[in-house]
Amino acid sequence: MSSIPETTTFLFGRLSLDSLPLHEPVVVATFCGVALGGIVLVAALTYFRLWGYLWNEWFTSIDHKKIGIMYIILAIIMLFRGFADAVMMRIQQVWASTGAEGYLNSHHYDQVYTAHGVIMIFFVAMPLVTGLMNFVVPLQIGARDVAFPFLNNFSFWMTAGGVVLTMISLFVGEFARTGWLAYPPLSGIEYSPGVGVDYYIWGLQVAGVGTLLSGVNLLVTIVKMRAPGMTLMKMPVFTWTALCTNILIVAVFPVLTATLALLALDRYAGTNFFTSDLGGNPMMYVNLIWIWGHPEVYILILPAFGVFSEIVATFSRKRLFGYVTMVWATAVITLLSYLVWLHHFFTMGSGASVNTFFGITTMIISVPTGVKIFNWLFTMYKGRIKFDVPMLWTMGFLITFTIGGMTGVLMSVPPADFVLHNSLFLIAHFHNVIIGGVVFGMLAGIVYWFPKAFGYRLDPFWGKMSFWFWFIGFYFAFMPLYVLGLMGVTRRLSQFEADSTLTVLFGVAAFGVVLIAIGIGCFVLQLIVSYLKRDQLRDETGDPWNGRTLEWSTSSPPPDYNFAFTPVVHDLDAWWDMKTRGYKRPLAGFRPIHMPKNTGAGIILAGLSTACAFGLIWHMWWLAIGGLAATIAAAIVHTFNYNRDYYIPAETVASTEEARTEALAKQA
Amino acid sequence: MLISSRILTRLSILPLLAMLGGCDIVLLNPAGDIALQQRNLIYTAVGLMLLIVVPVLIMTLVIAWKYREGNSKAEYDPDFHHSTKIEIVVWGAPIAIILALGTVTWIATHKLDPKQPLTRIDAATPLPADVKPLEIEVVALDWKWLFLYPQQGFATVNEVAAPVNVPIRFKITGTTAMNSFFVPALAGQIYAMPGMQSELNAIVNREGVFKGMSANVSGAGFSHMNFKFHGLSQQGFEEWVAKAKAGTDTLDRAKFLELAKPTEKEPVRTFASADPALFDAVVNRCVEEDKICMRDIMHIDMLGGGGKAGIDKEQALRMGLCTPSAPYGSAFYSPIREDVTKNEEKQAG
Repeated sequence: MSSIPETTTFLFGRLSLDSLPLHEPVVVATFCGVALGGIVLVAALTYFRLWGYLWNEWFTSIDHKKIGIMYIILAIIMLFRGFADAVMMRIQQVWASTGAEGYLNSHHYDQVYTAHGVIMIFFVAMPLVTGLMNFVVPLQIGARDVAFPFLNNFSFWMTAGGVVLTMISLFVGEFARTGWLAYPPLSGIEYSPGVGVDYYIWGLQVAGVGTLLSGVNLLVTIVKMRAPGMTLMKMPVFTWTALCTNILIVAVFPVLTATLALLALDRYAGTNFFTSDLGGNPMMYVNLIWIWGHPEVYILILPAFGVFSEIVATFSRKRLFGYVTMVWATAVITLLSYLVWLHHFFTMGSGASVNTFFGITTMIISVPTGVKIFNWLFTMYKGRIKFDVPMLWTMGFLITFTIGGMTGVLMSVPPADFVLHNSLFLIAHFHNVIIGGVVFGMLAGIVYWFPKAFGYRLDPFWGKMSFWFWFIGFYFAFMPLYVLGLMGVTRRLSQFEADSTLTVLFGVAAFGVVLIAIGIGCFVLQLIVSYLKRDQLRDETGDPWNGRTLEWSTSSPPPDYNFAFTPVVHDLDAWWDMKTRGYKRPLAGFRPIHMPKNTGAGIILAGLSTACAFGLIWHMWWLAIGGLAATIAAAIVHTFNYNRDYYIPAETVASTEEARTEALAKQA
Repeated sequence: MLISSRILTRLSILPLLAMLGGCDIVLLNPAGDIALQQRNLIYTAVGLMLLIVVPVLIMTLVIAWKYREGNSKAEYDPDFHHSTKIEIVVWGAPIAIILALGTVTWIATHKLDPKQPLTRIDAATPLPADVKPLEIEVVALDWKWLFLYPQQGFATVNEVAAPVNVPIRFKITGTTAMNSFFVPALAGQIYAMPGMQSELNAIVNREGVFKGMSANVSGAGFSHMNFKFHGLSQQGFEEWVAKAKAGTDTLDRAKFLELAKPTEKEPVRTFASADPALFDAVVNRCVEEDKICMRDIMHIDMLGGGGKAGIDKEQALRMGLCTPSAPYGSAFYSPIREDVTKNEEKQAG
């Protein structure tokens, strides 16, 4: 069952034929499917001679817009994987609630829920957020790229490296069976001797480097590269939330890295930081991981708040109500998010005073969050609300998130949490805020900024279908879980005593999952249909929603250099201000634009790091040491690459802008 | 304020209850006073929050409908983006609710602290002064629960019982991974952790059989790590104890180590007698005779640590002993502490 080989070989470490899960038919079938799909994809790319295009235009690109898009594509692909895990769990729950064993044994089921959590947070939600920030922030602040364009590419590929490791674990070896935060002692070497936890550790360490560097990058970009006149208090709200999110990333991701490093030392070097013996303390791990983990949920939700702020103002055709309040509320949430981590383990035995402190700090967060909701409502108040797809998502968010926020505050009351903790009520709560907040927000953001990225809108019919299936599906899928939680059903169970009530409730939840699946299907259809109908949906203006912020002032898709001239900002909602003052695009006087050059260094470095991590996981020490040495060598070699920038000639800029002038004239 | 909110709570929760009347919602219909107070707290908190959540939901729908693009009759004021009055209300209202909820939380968290001995049997009956709580020691093993009754001197696996209306004091620990001891009908959960002792005070007010479980994932057999909690009459409990003690099986250290080996779906069993020092040894991680108890290690470490000599159990224990020649224990005078010792001597001299 468990894949601990008795012997290790020099070449393959712990890896042997036994490590392949050939005895698990579900995995084998999946592997065949994935392999077949992969072969078809590779063949198609080769047949259509797209490798060169992908390498030159995308993989090595340091253009923040393309990197942002790649992040989002990565997230959507991983959404399928994470969602497949969710479907598997729900089927098992319905099945097992009849008293049957079901089709997943605990060995498999425990991996599935661990992978589901890890993938959805690290490889779906995070890339969606990072991707959207990457794409939007430089455009919103009138910059030509991020502060460190190469680093941006490298960050993306490190995230992709983490994804690759996690995906490999599905077919080679196993994934962690510990839950998505891998609490020791369970995740220690004594109780998890296999490669699962090592995949978890190194997958997150590799991806974590990417996240941290991308946080540094965007932070510096926002602080240093805003267009002249854009003071902090004239920054669009999305950029504000991005700023706060990146402050959080820079502050807390090192905690995650350090915590996982200590766990790795326990597992590899025999130290006793988190063991139960020899002075180790597993409770320390739980504290440390949540000191990262709680701010992490604000890292995810703040940009979603930013998206909704932009959308509400745009589609209500009104300036955002209470901008200053909104900024302060964001800042307060950022600060408070550090002071609440203990609410994840009230039940670990802290005294009443400690629990009270963390309970009350937690509920205080609902104040600025509540203020934000009121501000969105008062933005809509006396507006002219257009219910396009992004606005539908916003409405779905306002309703769903309010309910999720309420159940969250309920659990911040420690004695109430004593009965609700670790139950399906908790599961319902965090899906309520993560789906209702982060996922709805990111989907709204994708529909909202898609025309900017590709020059045509997304088909509204399939967008609406996607929204309604997601929205209704969510309630079917998670409201039963609140009830199940109140019935005392706890999380991560693969087996149940036969109980028809459970079967009914899990069945309803499974029906909800089907609806969400249709919602995801409609989203994919929306992308395909829109691509086919791209000529009808084309937007030549660059400003399809009558937008308010700077990204809508340039063409769609924006030229490589984003802005021919750096805009000058006089007011909040700079583009709206420019439009009302009768702004005229400059048509002459273009100058050469200094731009960074594409480089393959990011993908090479990330590839070598991933190889090093793979070596560490399987105890292939030659690969681990060789990979690390090669990574360092490649990084040093890259510093000698002086051929890293170029000028876009003034004539090219002029002809690009000329084309846009013609397009705009045709439109008029 | 509390009373009015409580009334509101009852009103708001009614439809929900009606809807769910069909199934067994144990958290809303518990058997123990602690869980009942936790339920009432849930009602109060939900009621307080609904004061603001319901208006927000209604406002969302009304505003969205009224100011839709198609409604040309509605006022359109694109410059309405600030109002001090509204700002005061939108900050003030949530703050007021949180002040109220925070107060409730402060009181309830202290009152319902699991370490706190009970002061009442139920809402109407205070605890008589002479009642001693029933002690139950709980050990989470891979993947089963061991219950030791130190006052009665026996032990059970995967089954626990208590007489109604008698306070119970659970002392909880574990041997391997983190588990969480949870009887939803009785009281909230608390983690069961190796090398740690947590505590839970509870009471059961109604006879019946209730589900108990581990609420925190602990490995392969976790899904089956369940037990039954029996709320019995005083007589029923005495009979249950007598039955348990009638067997011949005894639980000593060797038996415990045997029992602690990972098993799944372990059947209910009883031990007529149990080593009274066992629980303490489990908490101190020294059930095996050759291991030094954590308590002793910590003592020696406090004195300054035994260095390499401390690896040997016999020697280490001797180092912690206070003797006439070494009043603080010899570890205190070990080379590691030399500087301290010198200081002491200097002061003495």
